[in-house]
Amino acid sequence: MQGSGFTFDWQAAVDSLPYLIHGLPWTLLISFGGLVVGFLIGVLAGLMSLARTPLLRWPATAYIEIFRGTPILVQVLFIFYGLPDLLGGPINAITAGIAAIALNSGAYISEVVRGGVKSIDKGQREAGVSLGLSRLQTFRYIIWPQALRRMIPPLGNQAIVSIKDTSLFSVIGVGELVRQGQLYIATTFTAFEVYFMVAVLYLAITIPLSIILRWYERRGQVSAR
Amino acid sequence: MSSIVNIQGMNKYFGDHHVLKDIDLTVDAGEVVVIIGASGSGKSTLIRCVNGLEEYQQGALEVDGQALAVNGGHQQALNIIRQEVGMVFQQFNLFPHLTVLENITLAPMKVKGIAAQQAQETAHRLLERVGIGNQAQKYPTQLSGGQQQRVAIARSLAMEPRLMLFDEPTSALDPEMIGEVLDVMRELASEGMTMMVVTHEMGFAREVAHRVVYVHEGCIVEEGKPEDVFDRPQNERTQAFLSRVLKH
Repeated sequence: MQGSGFTFDWQAAVDSLPYLIHGLPWTLLISFGGLVVGFLIGVLAGLMSLARTPLLRWPATAYIEIFRGTPILVQVLFIFYGLPDLLGGPINAITAGIAAIALNSGAYISEVVRGGVKSIDKGQREAGVSLGLSRLQTFRYIIWPQALRRMIPPLGNQAIVSIKDTSLFSVIGVGELVRQGQLYIATTFTAFEVYFMVAVLYLAITIPLSIILRWYERRGQVSAR
Repeated sequence: MSSIVNIQGMNKYFGDHHVLKDIDLTVDAGEVVVIIGASGSGKSTLIRCVNGLEEYQQGALEVDGQALAVNGGHQQALNIIRQEVGMVFQQFNLFPHLTVLENITLAPMKVKGIAAQQAQETAHRLLERVGIGNQAQKYPTQLSGGQQQRVAIARSLAMEPRLMLFDEPTSALDPEMIGEVLDVMRELASEGMTMMVVTHEMGFAREVAHRVVYVHEGCIVEEGKPEDVFDRPQNERTQAFLSRVLKH
């Protein structure tokens, strides 16, 4: 292949930073807001999927299958462009983004919750109820705290996935990192440098998270179980 | 003497498998009943029925005056029974996320509403009694198996039970730690605790039991004073079992 004569323009990359950085708060806001709500949904749906009665189990399973089985891009397009037809008014793009992350991560988190709770040895429940604790008390004081610890690594993993998923929301005009990059490139035509810097900014969020997770897992191996 | 446990005509099935067959058994206050039998004979299932960890399908079961209905019915009676019956498991089942002290104080505080300080004082006293007074702030995994099982006993005692169930309490222990757990149980028995003990420790059974019950394939085929059961077993099943386990 012939050389294209392309050289990486460091100046262009550095110049784009002050512009790109405006996207960072939106990326963080949508990720954080979406994940907090997603965690609440995930705990609820996860516990429902563990219930004895099908009346609780069935809706949880349906929710999980729907939101795990469809692309998040389709979900956010549906929320942003589709739902207003139903609601009779437009939906703010940020709200749509947060809702999409919440519903999508919630489906995965509910599986994390379910797996975490089920992984606790049944002897723990037996010991709890044998001491006279009610089923609810046994869950609250014995099962849940242990399950939560085991859930931390997969939850961190889901956080990283969801942070990257927010990049898709450039399509509905949310001024997050990718959208800022696209707008900047439209005037400078330095796609290589700018997308490189966009990638660097994502790594600036995800790598620290990964490091914290690794640290947590190492610590977990040393202490209890 | 009044009976604390009264089992009449109890039958239990796991699906098609008939696990317990027409069990009649009473345990009086202050009595130590040791249940022996081969693995899979149903002896663990039997004591697990007493505090409702297993449901039974036919017959009647009364614990400390509370009737425990068939198929796990009557949740209220079950709650009362569980507060008055302590259980020690083969695998200890300590709560790994709580310290030794918290393991012991959790139920008295949450079930009986006892104040933290009083619960802790009781816990320290019980830890002294089982010989590990200096381990209160450790986590279970930092203790040896024998120590963990003694914490489990202290945890049950903190609820001031009327009856203690022991489900093979030394079977998961290294041989050198079995003695320390049996010592604690021996002391409990001498203080008048009512106990139902499933164990393979025949020396303990002979020495501590007031009554030995031999379970074979879900039936009680022989029961009596330990010297009678061990030295003059009447049933040929018992004779075969004892000749196998006592040979070693």
